[in-house]
Amino acid sequence: MIPFLNAIGLWVLRFLDESGRVILLFYKTLIWTFRPPFDIRNLLKQIEEVGIKSIPVVLITGTFTGMVLALQSYTGFKRFNAEAFVGTVVALSMTRELGPVLSGLMVSGRVGSAMAAELGTMQVTEQIDALYTLATNPIKYLIVPRFLASLIVMPVLTVFTDVVGILGGYLVSVKLLGSNPTVYLRRTYDYLDLEDIYIGLFKAFIFGMIIAIIGCYQGFNTQGGAEGVGKSTTRAVVLSSLLILIANYFITAMFF
Amino acid sequence: MNETICRRGPDETMIQLKDVYKSFGQNHVLRGLNLEVKCGESMVVIGGSGTGKSVLIKCVIGLLQHDRGEIFVDGQEISHLSEEEWNVLRKKFGMLFQRDALFDSMSVWENVGFALRRHTKLSDEEIKTMAIEKLKLVGLVNVENRMPSELSGGMRKRVSLARAIAMEPAILLYDEPTTGLDPIMANVINDLIVAMREKLEVTSIAITHDMVSAYRIADRIAMLFKGEIIEVGRPDEIRASSNVIVQQFIHGEVEGPITRGADFVGQRI
Repeated sequence: MIPFLNAIGLWVLRFLDESGRVILLFYKTLIWTFRPPFDIRNLLKQIEEVGIKSIPVVLITGTFTGMVLALQSYTGFKRFNAEAFVGTVVALSMTRELGPVLSGLMVSGRVGSAMAAELGTMQVTEQIDALYTLATNPIKYLIVPRFLASLIVMPVLTVFTDVVGILGGYLVSVKLLGSNPTVYLRRTYDYLDLEDIYIGLFKAFIFGMIIAIIGCYQGFNTQGGAEGVGKSTTRAVVLSSLLILIANYFITAMFF
Repeated sequence: MNETICRRGPDETMIQLKDVYKSFGQNHVLRGLNLEVKCGESMVVIGGSGTGKSVLIKCVIGLLQHDRGEIFVDGQEISHLSEEEWNVLRKKFGMLFQRDALFDSMSVWENVGFALRRHTKLSDEEIKTMAIEKLKLVGLVNVENRMPSELSGGMRKRVSLARAIAMEPAILLYDEPTTGLDPIMANVINDLIVAMREKLEVTSIAITHDMVSAYRIADRIAMLFKGEIIEVGRPDEIRASSNVIVQQFIHGEVEGPITRGADFVGQRI
């Protein structure tokens, strides 16, 4: 019994310790974000890395999600003659849920892992120590541009995902299943509020923070050579994906 | 660029560690370490692998925070410096890392000019010109546009040295400067370290377990054993030391006080 309790106690302690350190890093990042000088060159580079290069991935994800959503809800709705509402379901699910969550998960896989791997390699090869010795704060130099880029880019990527998702749903419904295009678009417009879109974008903004902070935290805390970098990368993706799903529930509940 | 150079006379103290302790959990690495480095002096700290040599210089430049004791750098006690104060103080330092620590996403000249780009308002053109000059100083030409991954180990070390001296520091720290290099390249680096001291009049601390290198670059040598400096002296004094631990280390003998007893087992950092 005692070893069992010991193990639980140790796990709780480790969890609290780790959470505390993530929050501390988040806090320091916020402080350095507002402290000049502002490194525009680095920020633009990261926007390209996090944002522009993620566009193909989120476009494909969004299109096929919208298409499958239309196909599935059509099958269900047909059973009680509500096919006309497919457009509504696609639009609402994409903007409120699937747009931000799926683009968040894709970006976390593509970018969060890259951040952990890059900063992790820098950590184990003493490059982060070298930054300190060159009188450069690594949080300011490495984390702040990645953090800002993720915040700015995630809502934009989500808009792209939403748009192509709705478009994909429209194509499947109208071209494949023969729905009336006018009715489909009407049902999309009529039931979609601006608030639905805002909630989705707010989620994306929070997910951007999660991806950058977790990716950078794992990178900065990498130990033990190539194996350590591998572990950090995996941990960054798993942890940020889980946090995105958990945060998603709570944000949804908040605006329910 | 740096007003501290030669501000102090040659007999004045540039770096002083007083009774410094540093532990990692149960592992007590530095246990009341004392060391004094004079202005313009080349101090070499020798000691076995895992005796805390790296920890020592990382404490001096603030990459690690010591637990107890005082460290003075250029007259300033460093235990309670703020982030800003550190950033000012660190501009007086240059450090050569064991694994060269070049930024592999940047070209050679961008590496060398990194601090200039961050801390001065010079244009990229001017920075590149200065970087090329520093590269010449360490014996490298026509490498400025290459990436670090395209260079050999010895060249990377030299680029790293050029980066360390880019801001004309008053103090240079060398973390195992010759580790992993062939004997000829190791001597090239040793000669460069001597040249740096003569040309730039820097104060330096080098840590090494390479005795050839230590004799070549040192004004004085300090032996670190079990977290304390057990002997300091000029190279000839160290050679003639009556301390059995020092004798065992400099001659690389397997049998002796360093390897004897339970203390050696698991004594690692």
